Amino acid sequence: MNIHEYQAKKILAQYGVPVPKGGVAHSATEAIYQANELGGNKWIVKAQLHSGARGKAGGVKLCKSHQEIADLCDTLLGNNLVTHQTGPEGKMVSSMYVEEASDIARELYFSIVLDRATQRVTLVASTEGGMDIETVAEETPEKISTITIDPAVGMQQFQARQLAFSLELPKEAIGPASKAVMACYRCLRDTDANQLEINPLILTAENKILALDAKMGFDENALYRQPAIAECRDKTQEDPREINAAEHDLSYIGLDGNIGCMINGAGLAMATMDMIQHSGGQPANFLDIGGGASPGRVATAIELVLSDPSVEALLVNIFAGINRCDWVAQGIVDLLEKRDIDVPFVVRLSGTNVEEGQRILRESGKKVITADTLADAAIKVVEAWKEATGK
Amino acid sequence: MSIFINEKTPVLIQGITGRIGSFHAQEMIEYGTNVVAGVTPGKGGTTHLGVPVFNTVEQAVAATGAEASITFVPPAYAADGIMEAAEAGIKFCVNITDGIPTQDMIRCKRYINSAKPADRMVLTGPNCAGTISPGKAMLGIMPGHIYKQGNVGLIGRSGTLGYEAASQMKELGIGISTSVGIGGDPINGSSFTEILKHFEQDDETTAIMIIGEIGGPQEAEAAEYFKNHMTKPVAAYIAGLTAPPGRRMGHAGAIVNSSGESAAEKVAVLRDVGILISPTPSEMGTTMQALLKGK
Repeated sequence: MNIHEYQAKKILAQYGVPVPKGGVAHSATEAIYQANELGGNKWIVKAQLHSGARGKAGGVKLCKSHQEIADLCDTLLGNNLVTHQTGPEGKMVSSMYVEEASDIARELYFSIVLDRATQRVTLVASTEGGMDIETVAEETPEKISTITIDPAVGMQQFQARQLAFSLELPKEAIGPASKAVMACYRCLRDTDANQLEINPLILTAENKILALDAKMGFDENALYRQPAIAECRDKTQEDPREINAAEHDLSYIGLDGNIGCMINGAGLAMATMDMIQHSGGQPANFLDIGGGASPGRVATAIELVLSDPSVEALLVNIFAGINRCDWVAQGIVDLLEKRDIDVPFVVRLSGTNVEEGQRILRESGKKVITADTLADAAIKVVEAWKEATGK
Repeated sequence: MSIFINEKTPVLIQGITGRIGSFHAQEMIEYGTNVVAGVTPGKGGTTHLGVPVFNTVEQAVAATGAEASITFVPPAYAADGIMEAAEAGIKFCVNITDGIPTQDMIRCKRYINSAKPADRMVLTGPNCAGTISPGKAMLGIMPGHIYKQGNVGLIGRSGTLGYEAASQMKELGIGISTSVGIGGDPINGSSFTEILKHFEQDDETTAIMIIGEIGGPQEAEAAEYFKNHMTKPVAAYIAGLTAPPGRRMGHAGAIVNSSGESAAEKVAVLRDVGILISPTPSEMGTTMQALLKGK
């Protein structure tokens, strides 16, 4: 789960990470109020949406008058901003963050990630801030320092010092930088964050360390014990289809194609999407129904897939282990009793209670195309889709 | 020999009296698994499905000599249950639980790895369907009947895709020595490489299939290990060619975050070292057939 920059900065400040003074606003009037509270005569005003690269997209501006602030808020608030990370439809600017302007002497990079190769928390720092770290890693890998944390003892002072010295900071900034790095680590550990990126971390003209931007992501599996973090969720930043799915405890991801899918198991779901593409179609979604699905749950999941207007054919692919093919078939038949499905509908059942499941489908007399294997199912659904749509 | 479990391995079930644990305990017993004990804190001294139940893993191991364990423990307590098994001297542990916090697993792995290599428990999972040595023993939630006994080792991050592979192979008369689910989480108990080492040593296994997916460095590590240390042939299928970058595809670990983590890049790395690639998920069986014939 991702949160906004202003939320991340507030959490980091609680751990003692130095951040610029600022306030969040949901209207132009509020933004001007926040600017007045901060004082001074220039402010950085930043669009809040779950994406990086906001500056290049016109979402961040140095404003020198109240009128400029108001104009920027009126242009952005409530509208979608397209960055090169959001995709072509963009994401809604749900609020604006008004910050005091800082005098930047140097831009640095700092992040903490979970490194899957070492299976440990790893800190990454670079003298090259303000740019994409993957580019730095490719072009000048010697400018990146990493520190791996032993989970048995946690981060140690010497490691924080090591990282601070690697940033080639002036002497008086080493202490504050070490403290900031340590504070970031404690914050990540205590909040079950799985990602924290400060890009840029700056050295000011007065040799002070400041987190100018902040991005945090959290482990969804740990939200049950992080109620304060869970409250930071902003549903305007998520696909409404995915929110609806999450409310039914289904794992769903909207995609760009026309063939709706309902599958059990994440790996089989991905493989089925691949198979659809291989057969000449494009999947409209990823949907893993999970284990032990009741007929009711099956019907709910299919309705969810069909709620996407771009779906022009439907494929159900089940390899039942802890699922039951008879329950899946019953869910399909119950749904077809209740409503018509006017797109071609292909069902492949395999595994636990498959004969019973096939019998239920057959005897229902409903218009369902059955398939025996994964390949058979993908080919049939793509053919039926082409026939129905003429594509 | 199969790897990790056979018909004699004494098995312990953590969480045996729960609804899910109980259902699968019954299935494992019916399959022929030598289930000798169960553990549910507070239910020690009772009997469930004819199996004695203990309060702690330590007591269960002392009384029954259990060597392998399968844990059906809810996410918030799962890492604790795994560490309890490691401390009690369990040699092989399967964890089924989906949804364990990542930081819990990091600490749990550190705890397991603090034991000397010779005494170290092998953990597979979390978030997997388990391990089965067909015809001998089942330590998992898979439908046992879709696996034919034989000589192919199977390793997969996904449960249902593993079923797909096993049933395609059975259809072609190809059997399996042991199928190991390593799970879909970002922090796995065992990686592809660690399981490949066991299959390389196993007399009964003549070829191996790995079923990978997007996200993480594991498949590339396996390619490196295959190139430098393996004599047995390996085939692979990687799921997620159509998965968009930056999105978590169901599994907590299935997300393309950095270079080398996409399905296409993984396929290229595996193919480069001489691993036979199944181009689609419906050709896993025929790919293994070709690999076996080519020997």
